[in-house]
Amino acid sequence: MVLGKGASSSLSMNKVDGAEEMVDNSNNFTVLVADDDPLIQKLHEMHLKKFGLKVQVVENGKKAVDLCHFGATFNLILIDKEMPVMDGAEATKELQAMGVNSLIVGVTSRDSPYEKQAFMEAGLDYCFEKPLTADKINFLLQELNKNN
Amino acid sequence: MERNPMRRQLAVMRQSLFDQGYLDEQFVQLEELQDDANPNFVEEVVTLYYRDSARLILNVEQALERKPFDFNKLDGYMHQFKGSSSSIGAKKVKAESTLFREYCKSGNGEGCMRTFQQLKKEYATLRKKLEAYFQLARQAGPMETACHPK
Repeated sequence: MVLGKGASSSLSMNKVDGAEEMVDNSNNFTVLVADDDPLIQKLHEMHLKKFGLKVQVVENGKKAVDLCHFGATFNLILIDKEMPVMDGAEATKELQAMGVNSLIVGVTSRDSPYEKQAFMEAGLDYCFEKPLTADKINFLLQELNKNN
Repeated sequence: MERNPMRRQLAVMRQSLFDQGYLDEQFVQLEELQDDANPNFVEEVVTLYYRDSARLILNVEQALERKPFDFNKLDGYMHQFKGSSSSIGAKKVKAESTLFREYCKSGNGEGCMRTFQQLKKEYATLRKKLEAYFQLARQAGPMETACHPK
């Protein structure tokens, strides 16, 4: 995991061993998933819904930007790096320029630290390697709860 | 312990997929997402994987027929394929993908071709094993029925 502008030095993670210990989301957080891979879309949507999160899925960065431009708000935006039409880095820059008040988290299959750092510099709060796991979602929920 | 012989057989089959290195922890993550509302989630995801990755396999095959090799393009296709394979816990397939990418980075065409043949074998083997596993799972029925006979 790479930490970005929103990171705190006093992070703590609540490790989860099994599905029955998942955190109950009573905050009604909304999540936007931007990824062009139908497999990843399905996985991320399922993972997030298990935590009681409301999920919307788009297949490229432009659709993510357009949604926010037209007034949709999300607590969390999970964004892939490589997408057609508009990639994750460009979409992140646009979202930041719009002043979107969301935790923006990159979820990429790029494993080189250099590439992850380049993605971070677009304005991400965090960057995870795919695939999303229960631990990572728990971490993000803790961050969302802190900010709210 | 499973009383139902079919469920025991299913459990043995499942364990062997992990013991023989075909699957890793990510497959368990998929299983944990399956529930009564989505009882076939794992099979749906695996089906989606084989449907989508077929396109990538074809892309690599076609790219390997063109000389000289475009290693950037090959690496790009394999990067996507590796990501998908990783998402379903396809351990051996992922390992071959990683090796293929290393050969791309070092510009080793022979290595790419050799590794791609091995990758296709692992990909096909896993598919057969998972198909057999899901077929048995369907026959064995839901866990609750098996564990709590009427």
